[in-house]
Amino acid sequence: MSHAVILPVLLPLVAAVAMLLLPSAARMLAVLAAVALVGVAALLLGLAADDAVRVYRLGDWQAPYGIVLVLDRLAAMMVAVTAVLGLAALMSAIGGNDREGRHFHPLFQLQMAGLNGAFLTGDVFNLFVFFEILLLASYGLLMHGGGAARARVGIGYVVLNLVGSALFLISLGLVYGTLGTLNLADIALVLPGVPAADQALVRTAAALMVAVFLLKAALLPLSFWLPHVYAAAGAPVAALFAVMTKVGVYALLRVEVIGFAGAPATAGLLQPWLPVLALLTIAAGTIGALAARRLAGVAANQVLVSTGTLLAAVAAGNATATAAALYYLPHTTLVTGGMFLLAGQLAQLRGAMGDTIDNGPKVRGALLLGGAFLVLGVAAAGVPPLSGFLAKVMVLQALGDTALGPWMWAGLLVSGLVMALVLARAASALFWEAGDEEAPGPKLPRGAVLALVLLSAAGPVLALAAAPVAGYARAAAEQLHARQPYIEAVLGARPAVQRETRP
Amino acid sequence: MALLVSLAVGLLAACGIYLLLRPRVFSVILGLTLLSYAVNALIFLGGRLNATAAPLALPGAQGLADPMPQALVLTAIVIGFGMTAYLVALALRARAETGTDHVDGAEGPEDGR
Repeated sequence: MSHAVILPVLLPLVAAVAMLLLPSAARMLAVLAAVALVGVAALLLGLAADDAVRVYRLGDWQAPYGIVLVLDRLAAMMVAVTAVLGLAALMSAIGGNDREGRHFHPLFQLQMAGLNGAFLTGDVFNLFVFFEILLLASYGLLMHGGGAARARVGIGYVVLNLVGSALFLISLGLVYGTLGTLNLADIALVLPGVPAADQALVRTAAALMVAVFLLKAALLPLSFWLPHVYAAAGAPVAALFAVMTKVGVYALLRVEVIGFAGAPATAGLLQPWLPVLALLTIAAGTIGALAARRLAGVAANQVLVSTGTLLAAVAAGNATATAAALYYLPHTTLVTGGMFLLAGQLAQLRGAMGDTIDNGPKVRGALLLGGAFLVLGVAAAGVPPLSGFLAKVMVLQALGDTALGPWMWAGLLVSGLVMALVLARAASALFWEAGDEEAPGPKLPRGAVLALVLLSAAGPVLALAAAPVAGYARAAAEQLHARQPYIEAVLGARPAVQRETRP
Repeated sequence: MALLVSLAVGLLAACGIYLLLRPRVFSVILGLTLLSYAVNALIFLGGRLNATAAPLALPGAQGLADPMPQALVLTAIVIGFGMTAYLVALALRARAETGTDHVDGAEGPEDGR
């Protein structure tokens, strides 16, 4: 049994503990851990590329009695995106504000452990535990640097997520009470045979779980927290948070396709409301971006647009749409993360102006920042020739046949146009019409420059490597929608698990 | 007995949700605590209530108690405890930074009581 599958969880966890023991070496350990994590993610991508589903049994307990981690193409891809984004966010933090408060680096590593665990786990209760790890770390990271604004949004964010956790637990209690298992593959096996008396309860539990995932993903009626929180967080933290909403989308995709979609009790749970709400989320994010007065606010609303786009594809529920979503996901995560970093750098250089979209002093390194803005903006707005355009074309093609197809086309295209306008307006205010004298701010730290270059490169690289990346996404989607390989890998080829009957 | 526990769960959850919607952070924290009690009892119900089942697989024992919900509840309690502690610390910090214990960080016009 290969132990590589647990490394993305173990490595940040060990690094976090080491940092607490050796606070003076925290920066060095953080860089080592982040670089090693990228290496591990590359190794996992390579492992997953042979289309086998790898199962790691913790303590070697046979599923469904023990907890399993599962590595397939989808999980490997999510871990890789997180690792790259984490490396960039970390480099930017080291050049900037990581010493404004204590324990930034251990919290950062714990967040990475929680994220990777959520992507790899094959057990819904374990998913809850990893959600809590990443949320608890995110509470600490959000408050990093302090200030009244962060305290104000922090309360709302923490309370909202605690309510979400309570709902998740209610759902898990109902699932265990009715199905007698919490292993995802086992749930998929048991669900079709639920007795008629329990069907309503199971459906309720599934709906609650979907609601929790949508809260994490920030779908419209549950999304009002996101712009405030993301705009208030420090730039590296907000960049890392760009992947947090994707955890919700990923969990929904995984649980829906493997578990819920295949059983009569829970089939069709997402229809017809999810595509409508996804479209409304895109609209809300677009309008929010138009109204945002800070660049970080624009980026936060971009997160909403990408959530809407991803969930529209997830709601379609077929392999083609999922493949399009899986090409769109790394693109949008990395580009939005880059936008948050850029906003943070501008805010530091412009002093009291912050990242307000308004004419201010000329900034040092305007050529580099402006170039990064151009690349990130073109990718984010979905204009040719970068990855945003390709991703959007794939999503549009996949959604064209669905019931809301024409609406999706109109919504996504108008949203892209408005985004382009917003970003062009921001660029002219921030860079073209800047004053003549240079802002007295500090020089750009080298780590921040590296981070910006890394994330700006995502657009061109994903566009140049579109064929292999889209091919990988396609294979990942087909592997996920095949369902059987996942279930057989986790539970073995045995036809049924022995169960005790309950009173 | 299941009916009694179910009613208690419902009552706890209702009180918790009412307190959650109050404007002061302190009542919100109490509401979250009540809600997590309700959730823990609900998970316990998932393993069926049984006063006479053997807790361990002893030779000849019939109808074992389900140990799984107890493990789940234990995990949920620990996590809930940590989260509540963090929220209390955060509330104190927010009170110091903003000068109010209102959840919005500012007094609304109708909250001047």
